[in-house]
Amino acid sequence: MGMKTFEQLDETLHFEELENGLKVYVLEKKGFNKTYATFTTHYGSVDNHFKPLGKNEDVKVPDGIAHFLEHKLFEKEHGDVFQDFSKQGASANAFTTFNRTAYLFSTTSDVKKNLTTLIDFVQEPYFTEKTVEKEKGIIGQEIRMYDDNPDWRVYFGLIENMYHHHPVKIDIAGTEKSIAKITKDTLYECYETFYHPSNMILFIVGPVNAQDILEFVKENQSQKSFKEKAPIERFFEDEPSSVAKTEKIIEMTVQTPKCYIGFKEAAPTRKGKELMRHELCVNLALEMMFGKSSPNYEALYEEGLIDQTFSFDYTEENGFGFSMLGGDTQSPDELVKRVSNMVEDFKQESVSADSFERARKKKIGAFLRSLNSPEFIANQFTRYAFNEMDLFDVIPVFESLQANDVEEVLQNHFKKDAMTVCQVRKKKS
Amino acid sequence: MVNHEKTDLHGITVHTIETKKYKTTSFILQIKETINEKNVTKRALLSYVLQSGTKDFPSSKELRSALDDLYGATLNADLSKKGENQVISIRMEVANEKFLSNSEPVLDKAFHLLSQVLLAPALENGVFKENIVKKEKRSLKQQIESIFDDKMRYANKRLLEEMYESEPYHLNVYGNENEVDTITSKELFDYYQEVITNDRLDLYVIGDISTNEMIEKVKKHFCFPENRSEATVTDEQNREEKKITEVKEIFEEQDVQQGKLHMGYRTYTTYSDDDYFALQVFNGVFGGFSHSKLFINVREKESLAYYAASRFESHKGAVFVMSGIETANYEKAVKIIKEQHEEMKNGNITDAEFEQTKAMINNQVLETIDHPIGLSEVLYHNVVAGTNRTIEEWMDGIESVTKEDVVKVAKKVTLDTIFFLKGAGTNGNENI
Repeated sequence: MGMKTFEQLDETLHFEELENGLKVYVLEKKGFNKTYATFTTHYGSVDNHFKPLGKNEDVKVPDGIAHFLEHKLFEKEHGDVFQDFSKQGASANAFTTFNRTAYLFSTTSDVKKNLTTLIDFVQEPYFTEKTVEKEKGIIGQEIRMYDDNPDWRVYFGLIENMYHHHPVKIDIAGTEKSIAKITKDTLYECYETFYHPSNMILFIVGPVNAQDILEFVKENQSQKSFKEKAPIERFFEDEPSSVAKTEKIIEMTVQTPKCYIGFKEAAPTRKGKELMRHELCVNLALEMMFGKSSPNYEALYEEGLIDQTFSFDYTEENGFGFSMLGGDTQSPDELVKRVSNMVEDFKQESVSADSFERARKKKIGAFLRSLNSPEFIANQFTRYAFNEMDLFDVIPVFESLQANDVEEVLQNHFKKDAMTVCQVRKKKS
Repeated sequence: MVNHEKTDLHGITVHTIETKKYKTTSFILQIKETINEKNVTKRALLSYVLQSGTKDFPSSKELRSALDDLYGATLNADLSKKGENQVISIRMEVANEKFLSNSEPVLDKAFHLLSQVLLAPALENGVFKENIVKKEKRSLKQQIESIFDDKMRYANKRLLEEMYESEPYHLNVYGNENEVDTITSKELFDYYQEVITNDRLDLYVIGDISTNEMIEKVKKHFCFPENRSEATVTDEQNREEKKITEVKEIFEEQDVQQGKLHMGYRTYTTYSDDDYFALQVFNGVFGGFSHSKLFINVREKESLAYYAASRFESHKGAVFVMSGIETANYEKAVKIIKEQHEEMKNGNITDAEFEQTKAMINNQVLETIDHPIGLSEVLYHNVVAGTNRTIEEWMDGIESVTKEDVVKVAKKVTLDTIFFLKGAGTNGNENI
């Protein structure tokens, strides 16, 4: 068993890589009632073109299949796994992102029993033609729910604008048409390829004994046999650094227009510490340019171009990366004009040490705050690990950054030709 | 389970919870008053204006900079309806200095800042600063409008308007859009003075703190008006509730992909009642969880919806059902939902459903109190309801509920109003 202590944070992380390749992490959280566990595979909506385990030919699978698989894993011959968790006083859930699928539970009792349920249900797929068909109705309604959600539409519309080929532009749930093509055989093929233990991370956080939990997981895994681990071959088309489309307007039944502005990352190929530094730098740059204490935020708010829904974020992994900012606005075109000028102006000035320091303090405080949340720790740790980063490096990396690091991302990331805009506007009746 | 101490000071009740669980210290200030037509919009606007500037930091930018300097302390104010009350919650969270590499005394500064947000707002000519009020009016209006854009929230709002037509509970917690512009800085300031003179105030401080120290800090930083009333007793709520003779059915049409079905039930039971626990269990068996009757029958058996759930408002004593369905499936979905209620009235609750529900409620409470805001919310129920239940008592209460209790409550629960937001011309004929 390995152990890593983060003195400044007063946390100790225990971990072990099992023989079958599964990585297990345990973080003891004394004083909490809740234990939270996530079992995550490094497989998401972008992994739609790959070589199936043990085959020579690559395949392309229908859009939305990773998410469909997530739904279907809950169903077993004896019924629904949700019920097993709730009999054991736990609540279970799952989610699919661009590049991972996570299964999770939280409980305040019977941790081991629930942990067994979690590991076993994810490792014992059971798909039939009949249950696959039934799920299409439920997911169809999920897709429609998102179709009516303007925040989701504008967010996704912006990503679609950015990418020519990369499957990050495909809606995670697919479409009603694409999921109609899903069969139990394709589900099994994806499952076999991506749910190998060596492609997965188990993270447990709560008032547990780490040693004890690790032994318990080891015992569970030693009773199962898996195929030899093999590297997964995924295929992505070359993606130009330019945006595919510079603007898009979606008409919907809304009262307030929504507007998001995005910058596409030209070289989203970083990993490990380099990726962490870059992510933190872009986020610092955004904070300095548009944080609530910035002159720009004040000006936009005063001019009535933004309200409290205004937000920004940067994300990068697996061949894609982008920043986005925006929210509800009465004058989307004006907002675009002002924001793009503000970005250009900001690039002309040199980064002030004062505002850099303030932004960094704010980010460090926010990070500490998120460590109160077991969900945040488990989910983010896993995301970081899939990208070869360590969540607990965030504060030291923040502390190592200099104002001129931000200067650099300002020039390289916030380029005019990397910018794109998506708006949701009121449908004309 | 929770080390909760309550201290009544002049005009404010301080609740301290000493715990080493968190890396931050949380302050939650609850400001409560009965919701009413006359003040609802002003009160909403006030919550926006208070977080936009103080005497020392007279603009949003300056106030936000001060917070950033406090290692990114967060400050936000929001509004909620708890029964017939409109509550403003001002929350602040600040890093515990022991985790910062260069320890700075952030706690005292944070305390001071919070007190200033409440008691020393940014003024100009003796009233709120005109430009702040103007900006926040715009933001508030946008907030009210945005409800329309989120169809789930919109349907919920419409349900409440129809169901509680003649009761204050129909009021939207953000107020009336049309009224926003008519409020002057002067009127708002007069109302603010009423608030700090008369409203019930509760401050929760949660973290690695010492109660005595916190009490001293409140005394030092919170200087209330001299005529501040000490009336901290909760008003007896008007418990006369409408008896239902027929179910109101309201339809509205919009160009949406998915119909939103919202159903409101009266339960004639609130937090302070003895059968409150039975109602909690009722709601859990009915639609609170993924093993509940609604989820199983509407989603799992019939594939009609992605979500079908119920939730319970503890102080108004209402159960609300919500589901997103094909417009064409309206009759079918309503029928199934009504049947589930009938099943419960007839005592058709399996041991598994019953026990799972209790275990899940237990789990939910323990999880909620792991989070500082969740913990303060659970404790604040007592203030709103005028009760004095500890968390242990709460959990014992759930434990002692019998199936008969649930059936009895199920018979009291009555469907009042159905609101259905239909999709226009998008009936599901795509056969998937």
